[in-house]
Amino acid sequence: MIATFLIQDGVTNGAIYALLGLALVLLFSVTRVIFIPQGEFVAYGALTLALLDGGKVPATISLLVCFGAIAFLFDLWSMRRGTDARTFLRSLALNLVLPGVIYGITIMLAPLDLPSVAKALLTILIITPMGAYIYRIAYRPLADASVLVLLIASVGVHLAMMGLGLVFFGAEGLRAEPLADDNFSIGSLMVSAQSLCIYGATIAIIVGLYLFFERTLLGKALRATAVNRLGARLVGVRTHLTGVTAFTLAAAIGAVSGVLIGPITTIYYDTGFLIGLKGFVAAIIGGLASFPITAIAAIGVGLVEAFSSFFASSYKEVIVFGLIIPVLIWLSLSHGFHEEE
Amino acid sequence: MNANLLELSGIHVSYGRAEVLHGISLSMKPGSIVTVIGANGAGKSTLLNAIMGIVPSSGTIVYDGKPVPRSVEGRVAAGLCLVPEKRELFATMSVEDNIELGGFLRNASERAETREEVYARFPRLAERRKQLAGTLSGGERQMLALGRALMSRPRLLLLDEPSLGLAPKIVIDILNIVSELRKTGVSILLVEQNARAALEIADEGYLVELGEVRLSGPASELSVNPALMESYLGTHS
Repeated sequence: MIATFLIQDGVTNGAIYALLGLALVLLFSVTRVIFIPQGEFVAYGALTLALLDGGKVPATISLLVCFGAIAFLFDLWSMRRGTDARTFLRSLALNLVLPGVIYGITIMLAPLDLPSVAKALLTILIITPMGAYIYRIAYRPLADASVLVLLIASVGVHLAMMGLGLVFFGAEGLRAEPLADDNFSIGSLMVSAQSLCIYGATIAIIVGLYLFFERTLLGKALRATAVNRLGARLVGVRTHLTGVTAFTLAAAIGAVSGVLIGPITTIYYDTGFLIGLKGFVAAIIGGLASFPITAIAAIGVGLVEAFSSFFASSYKEVIVFGLIIPVLIWLSLSHGFHEEE
Repeated sequence: MNANLLELSGIHVSYGRAEVLHGISLSMKPGSIVTVIGANGAGKSTLLNAIMGIVPSSGTIVYDGKPVPRSVEGRVAAGLCLVPEKRELFATMSVEDNIELGGFLRNASERAETREEVYARFPRLAERRKQLAGTLSGGERQMLALGRALMSRPRLLLLDEPSLGLAPKIVIDILNIVSELRKTGVSILLVEQNARAALEIADEGYLVELGEVRLSGPASELSVNPALMESYLGTHS
């Protein structure tokens, strides 16, 4: 009985970690960025949803406008040696008009008592463009940097985003209302509607990513960039295009994870980091390359976490992060040595 | 119509402190095949990479009467296309996907049309469209690299050692395909170590040694040039 409960708990958390892990694999394979701040998108998403639940205007929209404005300044700086009207207008639309519109929509809708699905969608709408701005601000200037430099930049972005989270959301934790609060019993097992939402959303995103990568030209271009960067440039795939796409997708996945996890745990401005690290464990088990292994490993991470928090709760994080050690040993033995990029 | 398609003047390229190209000038007419020959390390590949924008260079590159666009993507869009020495295929993707991506900057109907042309030109690729690019033989890979390049509807193809590492019979096939391509109106800048074969299909030739142009002229003259014959073409003939 306890085991079934733990399994359910583990699979639910594992599904969230799977989303994080997939986003990390996506980002690393396309842009070579080990994106530590992925968890921040989750925290931002969950906190935004919780504030919308309380009928408040989430501070994230100010943050979004700030990010957009900074990205616009970066674009202006790189356009200083002359540009054409199209590039300028596109930058204006993406970096200033889009956040402005989202700001306006949110101000209008926040005080209304929206259905929870609408609030969830609004949250995803607010968080998703942040991915593009963060790429523009932190990573695009480093497009040719080494993996290590990109990792250092990630640490910086993580600290900045966490600090901004504290400024904009404050130190208190918030919990969002569940998307649906029915419970079903399947035999002796109680299943909440929220965990069904989690399974459904995870599966939908996995299927969606699969279709995107297999069926669309842009998805194929992202894969091509991951396989052979020079080859991709030679057919005219711009590094910036794949970077922006990958980061926007990652932010959207992060926002979805936040919306899903917000109602099941209390989220603080700094909770994202720990959640992100668990997704990272799964991504490492997948060698930062394999989507299916990452997804399965994430479920495993969730299960290990659920069981260890029951049997040895004070060691649960140690046990979860300890999972990474045998995997790293095995990876390094089976690959001989990795060529430094 | 006498305007040159490509006009290079004073191209310098340095890797760190070492300068490998010391001011190369070259011009080519639309619809022609120009070959650049020379020993290993003479800077031939670097020259193509500079034209494509993969390595930074100084000097001027005028393409189609205008300065060439700055970015690699801009150059692809303008009709330049490089088939690099290492092919740079997407090894873990299917032949079909490789071909498809070649037309990344073209619209769907152009892509569909060019794809049929490419499969008609390379029936072998059509047979293997579901296969992963990494599992192809050397000759097939070169065909795929050429097919992928054609998908961008280039006006100027830059071919870097298309015969490298291929069996002699396949080399002949590939070079035949290259001279066939010219009939479709594509201009070709061909870098080859196999100087004799290259001069046979080219209109103009340039001999590059240690980063400088040593000799240039019509291919028919170069192939009987005594100095060239001795060092690059073998003494007989």
